Amino acid sequence: MKVEIEDKNESVVTITVNKENDVKTTVFSLFFIEVYSLSYFTLRFFKEVFTPPYEFKELIKQSFLIGYKSLALISITGFIIGLVLTIQSRPTLAKFGAVSWLPAMVAVSIVREIGPVISALIFAGKVGSGIGAELASMNVTEQIDAMQVSGANPFKYLFVTRVLAATLMLPILVVFADTFGLLGSYVAVNLKDYVSLHLYFSLIFQSLEFKDIVPSMIKTVFFGFAIGLIGAYKGYTSNKGTEGVGKAANSAVVLASLMVFIIDMIAVQITSLLQD
Amino acid sequence: MHIDLMISEDTQTAKNSSPVRTCVIEMRNIKKTFGKNEVLKNINLVLNEQENLVVLGKSGTGKSVLIKCIVGLVVPDSGELFLFGQDTSTLRKNALEEVRRKIGFLFQSGALYDSMSVRENLEFPLRRQSGEYGREKLNELVTESLQNVGLSEAIDKNPSELSGGMRKRLGLARTLILKPEIMLYDEPTTGLDPITAREISNLILDIQKKYNTSSIIITHDVQCAKLTANRIIVINEGVCAVEGTFDVLASSEDPWIGSFFE
Repeated sequence: MKVEIEDKNESVVTITVNKENDVKTTVFSLFFIEVYSLSYFTLRFFKEVFTPPYEFKELIKQSFLIGYKSLALISITGFIIGLVLTIQSRPTLAKFGAVSWLPAMVAVSIVREIGPVISALIFAGKVGSGIGAELASMNVTEQIDAMQVSGANPFKYLFVTRVLAATLMLPILVVFADTFGLLGSYVAVNLKDYVSLHLYFSLIFQSLEFKDIVPSMIKTVFFGFAIGLIGAYKGYTSNKGTEGVGKAANSAVVLASLMVFIIDMIAVQITSLLQD
Repeated sequence: MHIDLMISEDTQTAKNSSPVRTCVIEMRNIKKTFGKNEVLKNINLVLNEQENLVVLGKSGTGKSVLIKCIVGLVVPDSGELFLFGQDTSTLRKNALEEVRRKIGFLFQSGALYDSMSVRENLEFPLRRQSGEYGREKLNELVTESLQNVGLSEAIDKNPSELSGGMRKRLGLARTLILKPEIMLYDEPTTGLDPITAREISNLILDIQKKYNTSSIIITHDVQCAKLTANRIIVINEGVCAVEGTFDVLASSEDPWIGSFFE
């Protein structure tokens, strides 16, 4: 079996795998080829990101498209999650006479885990698939080839800018998601009781510590990077044809969502180890 | 099907050529395989200065792969490629890019950037290759390029608002804006009505006269070949099977060759 990883603007990487008819070997090999290929693109990303010329204009444009255009969706989702979480948690806490703990519990849940993960999953669905489909479509219509022929570096212009924009924008979006989540929680609390906004947020900030906020913000950087990288990689290396566009978008979402959970699991372990 | 190589005596005599010409592209024993499919088996080809070379052949015989090898979009498995007399295998990356900047490529689909307006499409290669251009110079070059292809009124439109013929012309304008010395056309008239196809063919000739370009034109359009070709090669089973002028090949008694000119 011979697999060619087409890398525009660079030489073609060819990997040869023996035992052509062995299905298990082939599936196993394809997995490692995918890992190798993704690693290759990651290394090239780091090489290109620090090499001039820099595509600032395109980076700002992509940051606007990726960040600003996702703001409403992520904020609304955050608000609903905060609202629902509070409504669902209240009866259980009431049984133990611990309703006063509601702001602290919701704040820690949203800031530490629910805000970053839910935002990242929505981001993967919207931005990851969007990047995958856009680049795959550009691949199909030979726009990436045209860029290369006209002297541009399509990897830097298309790939690097999108990955960087996703990495920078997700943490900002998570701040919005957390804020709107806490506002949703405040609204939910006020459906049954009355608490002033000032008091509610005072209770929240009393319960939150530095170690709740910083690790969760750091992991969102990795979430954003993984989502941007996988979306761009799947689009950039998609097969020619309209089928390739659908596959690229689909696999970008699936793989990016999976990566969010894997990174989250690793982040929790590291945070836990550091705090012990 | 095996066809003996037929090279006519007047192969090197172009319609509007000077007697002695420099070779700008030479391909020697170029081979390219995709998986088990050996697309190019042994391609030997020469393009002379200010010559229009038309490449004919059935679909899937590797015509597009052939010209993509020239601009580096496809890397040949083996063989030698000389651009402007320089062996590309011995050139460093920067030098190779410099040489390839002299080559323009018109894609079959036009390959216009959907997310950019017509003006931005034209400015894109200029900004990437010659970043020192000011706003005024950019405007001047964009206007001139659009005038060359008769698309001045479309400057602020988006590619999606253009017809098939206009898209081809815009693709051509974008390629020409860098003033290439060699033009590679990948099926420039495919999907166009006969009148628009003829306009594009005439445009190719006008461009050659104005900028003294040398061209390789991949086409299935006999009228386009008739209008533009100084010389024609036919690719079959991965090799250049037949070579000659339009008149010689069109009058061939070989039924296979004749089938291309029906």
